[in-house]
Amino acid sequence: MRSVMSGGDMDRALRRIAHEIVERNRGADDLVIVGIRTRGVPLAERLMDLLEEIEGSSVASGVLDIGMYRDDLDSRPRTVLGPTEVPIIDGKTIVLVDDVLYTGRTIRAALDALADLGRAAVVQLAVIVDRGHRELPIRADFVGKNLPTARAEHVTVRVAETDGEDGVWIDEPTPQEQGSAA
Amino acid sequence: MKHLLTMEGVDRATLTSLLDDADEFYEVMHRPIPKVPALRGKTVATMFFEPSTRTKMSFERAAKSLSADTLSFSPGTSSLKKGESLKDTVLTVKAMGADLMVVRHTSTGAAWRVAEWAGVPVVNGGDGAHQHPTQALLDSLTLRQHFGGLDGLRVAIVGDIRHSRVARSDVWAFTTLGAEVTLVAPPTLLPPDLVGWPVAVSSDFDDVLSEVDAVYVLRVQAERGGASVFPSVAEYRQRYGMTNARFNTLKPDTIVMHPGPMIRGIEIDGGVAVDPRCKVLEQVTNGVAVRMAVLFQLLGGSKDV
Repeated sequence: MRSVMSGGDMDRALRRIAHEIVERNRGADDLVIVGIRTRGVPLAERLMDLLEEIEGSSVASGVLDIGMYRDDLDSRPRTVLGPTEVPIIDGKTIVLVDDVLYTGRTIRAALDALADLGRAAVVQLAVIVDRGHRELPIRADFVGKNLPTARAEHVTVRVAETDGEDGVWIDEPTPQEQGSAA
Repeated sequence: MKHLLTMEGVDRATLTSLLDDADEFYEVMHRPIPKVPALRGKTVATMFFEPSTRTKMSFERAAKSLSADTLSFSPGTSSLKKGESLKDTVLTVKAMGADLMVVRHTSTGAAWRVAEWAGVPVVNGGDGAHQHPTQALLDSLTLRQHFGGLDGLRVAIVGDIRHSRVARSDVWAFTTLGAEVTLVAPPTLLPPDLVGWPVAVSSDFDDVLSEVDAVYVLRVQAERGGASVFPSVAEYRQRYGMTNARFNTLKPDTIVMHPGPMIRGIEIDGGVAVDPRCKVLEQVTNGVAVRMAVLFQLLGGSKDV
């Protein structure tokens, strides 16, 4: 497992993203920071804290579970659902937060889930890592680190709140996985 | 979980996982758009060989809220009681593309037979006086919502236990989740096969009333012979009915539940039925949520993958 972002790198990336969000949206008044379960949630909370620190006012936040919106339910282990708690989003600027942007399918599901909860004015996307290999026309507005990867590699984001430490790692593929990828 | 046929032997983790998912679907039901795409393209067939309004509608509502399509089968006036006819019906519905079958039948074990033939997940929507697992799940959810959990709860189930598939499912679900269950009925309305049931039994309703957290009132099932075993409706009501007078002797936080349809004036008085501590309509709402959870777990991917 190769480290590609330390805890300090992650913290600096989140701080930069928080400033970019404020700059892009000219403040944080109409923002709702929505974390995608599971690792998007603590990241969204940290961004919210940073935004409140920068702006000196409170920022709304929410949690989105996309288990009911996946397009691959048939081909994965049984999806464990979690709570969705999102304040009123009508007319608001939503910043979706997730750990890794990969195929884009999670974000597609999150956009569908958001649309069922109301009509946001704008939806933006913040991720710690963009590892490429998109399968849908989706891009991130705020990226911690662009990380070129092979499909067979695994990118692991750890956050202190759930995993005990911060950081991003790449797992080298096992020979077996390399075989199946080729 | 491949099918949902019975509550007997279903472990606590499985029940809890279904109730946890039901909590999330309960939240979906209260959204401005109470619908999610989870089962888009799936077809749920409701095959009710015995009359039902709420269970059938509840399953159809649950399927539609998950974006599944529904196929409905009604026996109408024709009799489909022979095994061969049932099998042909199942194979026909399967051939139409059903991905899951919900079966209600007057015969005990019908859903197990259907599960052998169907080749798709089967949910028992009630088989004779035997099992009604989704009813037990919605009752458990109602208790859990109200009390936060079932551990240590004392629940009395009163009435026509003998003919009740609801009681046969509730007893297992409630006790597996940690509740203590007392069955209250005249001896003639108790099942002959009580050996092995994890319950206490009493024939004195007033004796247990003051101790319980929930009273689960059953309907006297005239269609299964339940009305013929006591002398008169008035006597039944007087000894086993949830009357206004009895209701007033309950602890102030005790709730009353009923699977419906309620026959007011026999097993429950009108004043009790409309009291906020009577959870009948919450049970109906929770029925849709737990059935969404069941359909989602049976059709939305598998632990085995």
